[in-house]
Amino acid sequence: MIRIANGQGFWGDWLEAPVRLIEQGPIDYLMLDYLAEVTMSILQKQKAADPALGYARDFPPLIARIADQMRERGVKVLANAGGVNPVSCAREVRRVAPDLRVAVVLGDDILPHLDNLLAAGHEMRNMDTGAPLSTIRDRIQSANVYLGAFPIAEALATGADVVVTGRCTDSALALAPMIHRFGWKETDYDLLAAGTIAGHVIECGAQATGGNCQADWQSIPDMANIGYPIIEAEPDGAFAITKHPGTGGRVDLATIKEQLLYEIGDPENYMMADCVADFTSIQIRDCGNDRVRFTGLRGRPRPDTLKVSISYHYGWKAIGTLVYSAPDALQKARAADAIVRERLRQLGLAFDRIHTEFFGVNACHGPAAVPCPGPPEVELRIGVRGEDRKAVERFTRELVPLVLSGPPTGTGYGEGRPKAREIVAYWPALLPRDAVKTRVEVIK
Amino acid sequence: MKIPLSRVAHARSGDKGDLSNIGVIAHEERWYPILVREVTAERVKAHFGELVRGRVERFLLPNLGALNFLLYEALDGGGTLSLRVDAQGKTFGAALLRLEIDAEDTELS
Repeated sequence: MIRIANGQGFWGDWLEAPVRLIEQGPIDYLMLDYLAEVTMSILQKQKAADPALGYARDFPPLIARIADQMRERGVKVLANAGGVNPVSCAREVRRVAPDLRVAVVLGDDILPHLDNLLAAGHEMRNMDTGAPLSTIRDRIQSANVYLGAFPIAEALATGADVVVTGRCTDSALALAPMIHRFGWKETDYDLLAAGTIAGHVIECGAQATGGNCQADWQSIPDMANIGYPIIEAEPDGAFAITKHPGTGGRVDLATIKEQLLYEIGDPENYMMADCVADFTSIQIRDCGNDRVRFTGLRGRPRPDTLKVSISYHYGWKAIGTLVYSAPDALQKARAADAIVRERLRQLGLAFDRIHTEFFGVNACHGPAAVPCPGPPEVELRIGVRGEDRKAVERFTRELVPLVLSGPPTGTGYGEGRPKAREIVAYWPALLPRDAVKTRVEVIK
Repeated sequence: MKIPLSRVAHARSGDKGDLSNIGVIAHEERWYPILVREVTAERVKAHFGELVRGRVERFLLPNLGALNFLLYEALDGGGTLSLRVDAQGKTFGAALLRLEIDAEDTELS
């Protein structure tokens, strides 16, 4: 049995979590997920400004902090912290932790090859809209393939203490140690599905151990010291999800089922780079003491294509707010909204969309919200988006004046006018597997 | 009798682009048939009204006593484009639990 823990569900997750995972109990592998869809474009811009950057800068200091314990306990770390510059990230890890062996997985970043790929007939159509990539070619900021677990397992086979990747499927970071240690093959569909589902359960960190859980949430103990999730994986594909004893949070059927269903599509066809997993095959049992055991998992052969994550400049947006108090808070906010819209109309500003929410009344749940007659205060929240930066910036001037020139009790403008922000949009596409070449490099 | 869905189920929601997914899980596995009967794609679509511009698709997971819903064009463009405070639909699961459903006392005991 091997133990694989996840100490980071996204870049910005709890900094103490990975340190506690290594200090508070036994683990063999520590995975860390730093990359969201838009993170890659931010990192690409950082790299353009400084060729040594473009990776998750939290990661090398973390390794420096835990390097001694990693060596003492033989814990290996797998992280997609490399972003769009895995080699630079790995070199920085070597600099701050010179006794560790560091390997990188390369090949996910296809930005330099995009024109060749397009010329070779790979249209990379948007999976949602069907539009070919050529329609936004001049606005693309990053393009990365979601790699699977086999190149990461290859990196582990070099004897690396730290494996740094760029874009890969989140669950691949958990599956790779199982492939490496148990010798699973590309045709072991059920085993790969088991490892993929195990990775899916832990990839969002504490969302598997009681975080963001709606089942009896008030009774979940000691959330301040919540334990992050650990897979106890076995060579035959059975596994358990648990957390270190004495930590906060909860692992039971309710917390595990919520995370199993998180961000999945058709449960019989969970398409990943390494297999297609069948969530309807999952059998789970609560073993008590914060441990849930999984058996019976089934999978099918991997798809012939890999998913590509492309980011591109869409336009600009700004969101402004004003607060109105009772009496008649909602009516005042509605009147202010009408004034802003009329002034935007008179200015002749064109937007793709103007969106108004009445925060405190129905912003989150819309028509499904609990009716709230006569709320004591309401925040008017108006947003605009469009291609024209000047129009969006002009909009940002139109809210604060209402404090003096609109309905009474307007307040909450202390932050001044809102900022126009760039919208980097996400373009999901597919690319044949054989168009992608991966490579492992050990950093000297 | 009429009860809120929260009486028999819990939920978690997430996003993929402009698509929101909501996993709905029976508190007791024997209540799963109530979910299958009451929480149809049509009722979910109606519950969210103008928030969901596209269709709603439902999948069954009898092994987990759970349903998975996909709500298309549900997040005002999704992720970075959305102008909503809940751009990722994080609260959609809680919203769905307010759905009023029919269940007999005998089913719930």
